[in-house]
Amino acid sequence: MGAARAASAQPMSVTREEVAKIASLARIKMGDEELDRMVPELNNILDWVEQLGEVDTSGVEPMTAVIPNTLRLRDDVVDAIPETSGGRREDVLANAPVAEHGFFGVPKVIE
Amino acid sequence: MTDFTQLGVKQIRDGVAGGDFTAREVAESFNAAVAAAAELNAFIVTTPDHALAAADATDAKRAKGEDLGKMGGVPIGMKDLFATKGVQTTAASHILEGFKPEYESTVSQNLWDAGAGMLGKLNLDQFAMGSSNETSYFGNVSSPWKKDGTNAAMSPGGSSGGSSSAVAARIAPAATGTDTGGSIRQPAAFTGICGIKPTYGRCSRWGVVAFASSLDQAGPMARSVEDCAIMLEAMAGFDPKDATSLQMDVPNWEAALSADLKGKKIGIPKEYRMDGTDQAILDSWEQGKAMLRDAGAEIVDVSLPHTKYALPAYYIIAPAEASSNLARYDGVRYGLRDLPEGAGLQDMYAATRAAGFGDEVKRRVLIGTYVLSAGFYDAYYTQAQKIRTLVAQDFEKAFEQCDVILAPTTPTASFPLGSLNDDPLTMYLNDVFAVPASLAGLPAMSVPATINEDGLPLGLQIVGKPFDEQGVLNAGLAIQQRAGFEAQPEKWW
Repeated sequence: MGAARAASAQPMSVTREEVAKIASLARIKMGDEELDRMVPELNNILDWVEQLGEVDTSGVEPMTAVIPNTLRLRDDVVDAIPETSGGRREDVLANAPVAEHGFFGVPKVIE
Repeated sequence: MTDFTQLGVKQIRDGVAGGDFTAREVAESFNAAVAAAAELNAFIVTTPDHALAAADATDAKRAKGEDLGKMGGVPIGMKDLFATKGVQTTAASHILEGFKPEYESTVSQNLWDAGAGMLGKLNLDQFAMGSSNETSYFGNVSSPWKKDGTNAAMSPGGSSGGSSSAVAARIAPAATGTDTGGSIRQPAAFTGICGIKPTYGRCSRWGVVAFASSLDQAGPMARSVEDCAIMLEAMAGFDPKDATSLQMDVPNWEAALSADLKGKKIGIPKEYRMDGTDQAILDSWEQGKAMLRDAGAEIVDVSLPHTKYALPAYYIIAPAEASSNLARYDGVRYGLRDLPEGAGLQDMYAATRAAGFGDEVKRRVLIGTYVLSAGFYDAYYTQAQKIRTLVAQDFEKAFEQCDVILAPTTPTASFPLGSLNDDPLTMYLNDVFAVPASLAGLPAMSVPATINEDGLPLGLQIVGKPFDEQGVLNAGLAIQQRAGFEAQPEKWW
C-alpha cells in the first residue's frame, strides 16, 4: 500500500457502479456488456499506476510547464490573427452536423 | 532511369534544384507508388492532385530562377492529425469522419510554404492513442517488414504508424509524425527509419488534433538524419497562435550537422537496462556505445532514478489531458452526431461519443475522468505531476555529466498485428523507454541500428538537453554513418 492509497479515503479500485458513473460524467453511453469489459481493464490500469504511491514526493512541486516559457500577451487589436478572429460564421458552421439560421442546431432543451 | 521512390528529401530537393529531374516526375512516381500500396493501409485519403500542384509550382519557380524553399519539390505524407484545409482530417476516428477543416495547421502550412507537396493523409492510432496502429477506425496499418519465414502482418508501431510504414515502404520520402509518449520514435524504430521529436514548443500545435497538450509535439520521420534535420527546419518556428510555442529562432540544423563528437560525453542510463528487454536490443545498445566512442565521444554512466515511474505517471497525465481535450466532440460543432429518437441534448452527447470513439479512446477518457474527479485528484493527478517534476530533474542532473543520452528506443522489435491486443498494459510497455523524454519535454530521436535475427529493424534512441536538437542529430548522424543501415523490406504489397 503506497502513499497514494493512504492519501485517499477510498480503495483505488473501481466498481461497476463507479465505472457507470464515470462514463456518465464523460458523456459516453455504455451498455452492460461494455461496462463488464471495462471494469477489469480499468482496475488493471489503476492497480499498475498505484506504484506511484511508493515515491516520496514531499516537498516536490507538481510540474506545470515542461519547458520554461512566459505567457505572452498579444496586442489588444481586433482581429489581430485572421484565422482566430471574428467574421467567420460560415467557416465555423461549415462542419456542423446541423446548422440553422446561422447557428448550431441542437435538440430542444426547453419545453 | 532514376527510381525516384528510392530518393530521400535531400536528394530530391537538390536534384530538383539542380535540374537533374523535375518535381513533377518525382510527384508522379510517388503518387503511383502510393496508389499501388493500398494493402499497407498507410493512407486514409490520398491527395495526388495536391502533390502534383505543389510540384508544378516548384518547377515553375525554378524556371523563373526563384528560391525553391527548404523542401522544394519534395512530396510528403501528412499524418491525419494535422488539419488540412478542405481535406478530410479524422485523427483516424469515426467521430471526425468527413470533417474538412476550414483552416490549415501551422506545421503543414510551413511545409507547403517550404515547397513540399502532400501525397495524402496518413493513418494512425485513433487520436494518436496506441502503440501498434491497431486502434484506427480506418483499419490497421501493416508494416512493410515481415518476420523472416513468416507471412503475418507486422505492426508499424504507433501512433504514427501510417507515417512509419509509408516511409519504410518508400511510398513517401518523408512524413510528419507527432509524439506524445513515443509516437514518432517507437514506429521509427519498428520500421528502420529515423524520427525526431524536438523540444516541446519547437513545432506549433495549432491545428494539430489535441491528445495531451502538455506532451504533444510534431516532428519529421524520414530515412536519414539529414532528411530529418531539413524537414524539422521547415516544420519548426514560433507561432503566435500557440501559447506554448517557443519564441526562438530555428537553427540551421542541416548546415551544422557534424558526426565528429570529440569532446562530447554520452550518458548511459543504468535504469534503462530493464527486465523484459530483448538481448538483441541490449547488444545493439553496446554497439551504439562503440560507434559513438569511435566518433570521438566519451561514454559515461548516468542515473535516471525515476525511470520506472515515468510510464505509470504518463498513463495518468496523458489520459487526464485527453479526457479534457476530447470533451469538444459533442455532436454539435463538427463531426458525427448520433441523435436517438426523442433524445435530449445530454443523451445526444452520450450517444454521439459512444458511437464515435473507439475502445482505447473510451478507456483513456474514462481513466482521465476518474483521476481528475473529486477525491482522487491529489492521489493520482497531483502525484503524477510531482513525479513528472522528478523525472525532469533526473535528466537535468544527468545532463550535468553528459551532452546527450543513448538508450534503446523500444524494449522489443515489432510484433505481429493482433498479438498484444488482449492486455492494454502490455501494449503500454512499448513506450517505457520513450516516455521519460516526453514527460521532460526533451528532444529525442530514434535512428536505425541493426536488423535482429528475425530480420526486423531495431532502433537506438538519443535524448538531448532542451533546445539541443543539434546535439541529438549529430549523435544520430555518427550512428547512421557507422551502422550503415541499408536494409529494405522486400516488396509484397
